[in-house]
Amino acid sequence: MTPSVIKPRQQSWKKYWKANWILHVFLIPGMLYFIIFKYIPMYGITIAFKDFNIVKGVMNSPWVGLKHFNYLWQSRDFWRVLRNSLEISMLRMVCSFPAPLLLALMLNEMRSIRYKRTMQTILYLPHFISWVIIVGILNNLLSPSTGIFNFFRREMGLNPIYFLTDSTKIRAVLVIAEIWKGAGWGTIVYMAAMTSIDPSLYEAAMIDGASRLQRIRYITLPCISSTIVVLLIMRVGSLMSNGFEEIYLLQNAMTIEVVEVFEVYSYTVGLKEGRYSFSTAVGLFTSVIGCILLFITNYFSRKVRGYGLW
Amino acid sequence: MVTKTEMPVKPAKKKIRSSMEDKIISFVCYSVVTIFAIAVIYPMLNLISVSISSYRAYLLRPWMFFPTELDFTAFATVFKSPQLMKSYGNTIFITVVGTILTLGITALTAYPISRPQLRGKAIYMTIIIITMMIGAGTIPNFLLIRDLGMYNTIWALFIPSTVGAYNVILMINFFRGMPDSLLEAAKVDGASEGLILARIVLPLSLPIMATIGLFRAVGLWNSYFAGIVYIRDRDLWPVQLVLREVILAANTAMAESGGNAAEMDTANIPTISIQYASLLVVMVPIMCVYPFLQKYFAKGIMLGAVKG
Repeated sequence: MTPSVIKPRQQSWKKYWKANWILHVFLIPGMLYFIIFKYIPMYGITIAFKDFNIVKGVMNSPWVGLKHFNYLWQSRDFWRVLRNSLEISMLRMVCSFPAPLLLALMLNEMRSIRYKRTMQTILYLPHFISWVIIVGILNNLLSPSTGIFNFFRREMGLNPIYFLTDSTKIRAVLVIAEIWKGAGWGTIVYMAAMTSIDPSLYEAAMIDGASRLQRIRYITLPCISSTIVVLLIMRVGSLMSNGFEEIYLLQNAMTIEVVEVFEVYSYTVGLKEGRYSFSTAVGLFTSVIGCILLFITNYFSRKVRGYGLW
Repeated sequence: MVTKTEMPVKPAKKKIRSSMEDKIISFVCYSVVTIFAIAVIYPMLNLISVSISSYRAYLLRPWMFFPTELDFTAFATVFKSPQLMKSYGNTIFITVVGTILTLGITALTAYPISRPQLRGKAIYMTIIIITMMIGAGTIPNFLLIRDLGMYNTIWALFIPSTVGAYNVILMINFFRGMPDSLLEAAKVDGASEGLILARIVLPLSLPIMATIGLFRAVGLWNSYFAGIVYIRDRDLWPVQLVLREVILAANTAMAESGGNAAEMDTANIPTISIQYASLLVVMVPIMCVYPFLQKYFAKGIMLGAVKG
């Protein structure tokens, strides 16, 4: 009895393999990539609990337990960087997160298709500009001697403002630059979600006498709310990460106190000062917090709205 | 009588009010978007104008919208700079090769998983999805690249970031959306899986290829981080690193002249013109890619947003 059950199964495996072996061959380069470049470095995270020694390598360096983490809690830099990271993230959540949504709602209200298309094309452009170039442009635009802002201030008899070296203004510059670069591009997701709204909803609402604001409030927003929630969960999940390039390129000796965030800090202590284990501990701390935040927001989203990322 | 006169008045009143609201909303939308668009386009116009205007014109009006006194000598200097041109070549190489490699491996990974008969799908998917949740961080990646002997080679700039789990999932969704009858018909005709991928699936995948290719090309062209982490040798630098030096050099020159552009050494080609010209030369090529892909891109991103 058992052979008769197993036999067709074996045959089908054979047949399956004969027709489909090539599919598994196709998967080899991708899987090798993931194992080598994603999973092996994951093992490398263990050096956060070791005293990494270049000669001994990741495997043979001695275990030291939570030494680097204890050092982390005691260092004054850590608390400053933590505060900066959270404050800048919050500023982003309040300012640069809603910007693409508002922009998309306004684009959606435009009747002239050609004008809308033109505007969209212009708004997408900055996405293609690197942070190196944007910081270069900012240097010139906000320069105390030749920048447009200070040019007009001088014309009006006012003193120039040193935007990029003033620690009270640098965060505003950062967030505005981010909105400038990303708000237009960010509308794409919302616009895609809006095109899938059934036009008959709007027609029905108009017959019922709904005003334009009411249509935005009661049709457009609810229809794209799942997109907003997904993006918001991901934003909260990355509360600890602020991106490396924009901040590293924009910071200078005068502003490092208020803009240095975890990415820049772990790069500096790790690759510039060579404290590999300590830097890995910093990185691990931020990703664990990020993961916890992601799970918490996802949990609340499922509780309140009935869906989340998973 | 009374009711008769009131009846038509009420809707009329409502109509006026709503059209007033309509006008205000239209006005707000058009003006805010237009102002934002001007704010977006102005720095770029200024950049172009300064780089093709003479230095004298720049000193007169550094904030110019449109070029005056055309002068292209800065570009001649930029194109003759060996360091910048060398790095430009490096960036073109990593962008072209890196994008092709990403599209190739992502398609090869996504296609089998999109096929219903594949066995072991759950294992493959788990391997891919876990990498979305856990990232190793800068130092473990750096140590791996060093151990692989890729440190300070041009390969380190694009191979470590070749396949993204998100891109694979996007492509799987796209492949699954293809009409089954097409693939089944080919199978009945005796086409192998490899033939189906090459002759049927790939030619129909332009939207998703354009979308992922654009993401990847822009990321590679603009990347600064990989260069400062993995490359020590200046001959291997990508262009963004050299550009950063050009900008810093111009700032230093500015600071040394006491922040006054007019006092800068005007006998040589002024650093500020060179800086603007270099920015433009690096910025333009990647921007030119978009219009060509726009048609496909719109479709690709839509599928990603709706399904992903």
